[in-house]
Amino acid sequence: MKIVFRLAWRNLWRQPRRTWLTTGAMIFANMLLVFMISLQFGMYSLMIDNALQVFTGHMQVQAPLYNDEKKMRQTVPNIVPLANAIREELQSDKVAARGWAFALASSDDRSFGIGIYGVEPEFENNVSNIPGLTSLGRYLGDNDAAEIVMGSVLARNLHVEVGDEITLMGSGVDGSFAAAVVNIVGIFDSGVTDIDRNIAEIPLGFFQDTFFMEGAGHQVVVFGDGLAAVPELKSRVQSVLPGDSDLVMLDWDALQPGLKQAIQADMSSAFFMYFVLVILVSFSVLNTQLMSVLERTREFGIVMALGLKPGKLGRLVILETAMMGLLGVVLGVAAGALVTAWFTTNGLAFPGMDEMAAKFNLPARMYPQINALTLLAGPITVFIFTMLASIYPAVRLHWQNPVDAMRVA
Amino acid sequence: MRLLRILFRLAWRNLWRNHRRTIIMLGAIGVGVWAMIFMTALTRGMVDQMIVDSIGVLPGHVQVHHPDYQDDPSISNRMLISADDISERLDTGAVKAWASRVRVPAIITSERESRGVTLLGVDPEAEREISFFDYDEVDGRFLTDVNDKGIVIGKKLAKTLETEVGKRVVLMSQDPDNEIADRGFRVVGLYTAKTKAVEEAYAYVGRRTAQTMLRIGDATSEVVFLGDDYRNVDPIYDVAVSAVGEGLSIRPWYDIDTYLGAMLGVMDGFVLVWVVVIFLALSFGLVNTLVMAVFERVREIGLMLALGMKPGSILGQIVIESMLLITFGLAIGNALAWATVVPLESGIDVSIVGDGMEMWGMSSMLYPKLYVSDMVLASSVVLLLGFLASLSPAWRASRYEPVEAITKV
Repeated sequence: MKIVFRLAWRNLWRQPRRTWLTTGAMIFANMLLVFMISLQFGMYSLMIDNALQVFTGHMQVQAPLYNDEKKMRQTVPNIVPLANAIREELQSDKVAARGWAFALASSDDRSFGIGIYGVEPEFENNVSNIPGLTSLGRYLGDNDAAEIVMGSVLARNLHVEVGDEITLMGSGVDGSFAAAVVNIVGIFDSGVTDIDRNIAEIPLGFFQDTFFMEGAGHQVVVFGDGLAAVPELKSRVQSVLPGDSDLVMLDWDALQPGLKQAIQADMSSAFFMYFVLVILVSFSVLNTQLMSVLERTREFGIVMALGLKPGKLGRLVILETAMMGLLGVVLGVAAGALVTAWFTTNGLAFPGMDEMAAKFNLPARMYPQINALTLLAGPITVFIFTMLASIYPAVRLHWQNPVDAMRVA
Repeated sequence: MRLLRILFRLAWRNLWRNHRRTIIMLGAIGVGVWAMIFMTALTRGMVDQMIVDSIGVLPGHVQVHHPDYQDDPSISNRMLISADDISERLDTGAVKAWASRVRVPAIITSERESRGVTLLGVDPEAEREISFFDYDEVDGRFLTDVNDKGIVIGKKLAKTLETEVGKRVVLMSQDPDNEIADRGFRVVGLYTAKTKAVEEAYAYVGRRTAQTMLRIGDATSEVVFLGDDYRNVDPIYDVAVSAVGEGLSIRPWYDIDTYLGAMLGVMDGFVLVWVVVIFLALSFGLVNTLVMAVFERVREIGLMLALGMKPGSILGQIVIESMLLITFGLAIGNALAWATVVPLESGIDVSIVGDGMEMWGMSSMLYPKLYVSDMVLASSVVLLLGFLASLSPAWRASRYEPVEAITKV
């Protein structure tokens, strides 16, 4: 067996230039794949984290159809006790109750229709990054205070600052007229214009009073330990829901169907590109191996005449390819990991990213994510296709007649 | 000239000496070039669609506003220029369509719900060319003239408000003195848009009706101009400047929606990077093929040199061989791309990931667009870089020492 290895290795270096060029193609492709896939997955997890950390959470408890219609009367009754029960069950603070209402916010000289969240000031910072993004003033404190925090664009458009008062007008859960005067205690800046322009938060207790909620709210937001644990999370939350209620549990995918699909759409176009790259490398390997078999026709004829089975020769060719492929994987992964590692610390930015970031709630720099999957998925695919490409040159040997082969000039 | 013909013939025959190698290489170049153009056509189509759709919503290639409107789109930042003033001064040469509108934030209330919307006071005739929906496909009817007393809203909004054609809604906004300006409207039509977000965003009323409700006389919020091609807005820009005069902000679309403008740049960059990456993957195989072709002909090249052929001719011969190979590969690739893209130009349905595409700002149909300029770009990059890549093996071949080369085994 050892001799076959040695033969294969020496055969490779008969034509060092050719071998390096072919391996070079693999290294190039592998490096690119490692980098691109790491970057892609880094971006996806950022997208998911960022999108879920604003308001969505890993899952929510809501009234049926609320997610689609967002009507005031589709409530979760006794929402604070429910949230407490969920906290108890999960032994986690990453649970918060919310109400949501549409209202007209008026300052002295401007009025805008905005979305108002009623939040539990004590717990909201565990499920949302908005409290942490409150850059002017402070976040909400007392659960019953007539206080409000709002987005920076909204504050600018209303011509108000921290300390000013504004009026909220809307309709209560029963359709009656609801109004309140609130004091602006903080202004947040999420970087996403749509949120900064349209959203404000008030304490849940005050929200329930103002909109005649009678203890009800609209959603309980829950964060678990990562996306993979969501099904388990759901079943544990289910056990706490009152038996006679028709409340539904929606996971992040149902709450933000666009997110997963945006990722899928992006993935499929990326995979098309990777596939083309892999195919091109396979062509290169096919070419090289076919050449290397053809130029050895005489030699092969002689050893076959001496009694070596074509199958064994075929294995030799495959072994040569495998060696070359492995070399490509090792060097490609190493080079790819180096390049990627540099970007994981320094981040990557390209022109146009700022605008994309503002639109999709992404940071202005992307950081690739290195793990076994992102490191090896691409190179292993390249390796498999390389091996496939060596089948034709290897199988060809079976059709070779030793006598004709020896006659080849 | 005669020399060139001979070199050409030599190169051609050499190419087909090892037809397998040539065919594999042609296959590789063909696939590579196909992928370059196909992917480019797909991206172009995507971005085109995205921009056309967004311009259809954000409307117009060039927009005119009060200088402060962009930051604070309220009634205070209106323009005193009336539609009649503009039509008097407008040179309609390059302008396909134009419209002047009232556009302010408002609150729409049905018996059951309230929502924030953008109120558009329009001239239905002027908007026909600009609008993102077809008037004939509106459920019910679209507005008939500037004095129409009805309102047209999106289907999704109607569902949220639990209203329908024939029912009444109330619109509420502000007049220039910050007094509440409101008015009841009968819903006369429901429009369908490509995305739900758009269907929730805009409420159309007659321009004159809106001006009366807001107590602003002849004033408007924006004037939009539409030309033939979003890539070429300069002529319309000039027309707009002469029609509206000084003191207003006149901006092309890519200044208003910086995300779209940036995307256009990002995509142009992406196309070039993609073409170069594919070429690099190809180049390994290409150089390899040439190196082999030279290597197996060392003796023959030595002989030609000994017989008095100039080194330059050897160089030329190899380069011509390479260029022939590339040209054929390009022809195959371009033909393949054309054959695959043209049947798809009527649209690829990607509605499985429709919500995701919506998140990227795209619609659920993809319309690949084959631009001759992209084909030319890809082909010239391949030709140019291919030429450079073949110089090194050709150079080496032309530098052989004749005696050494002939005696080489």
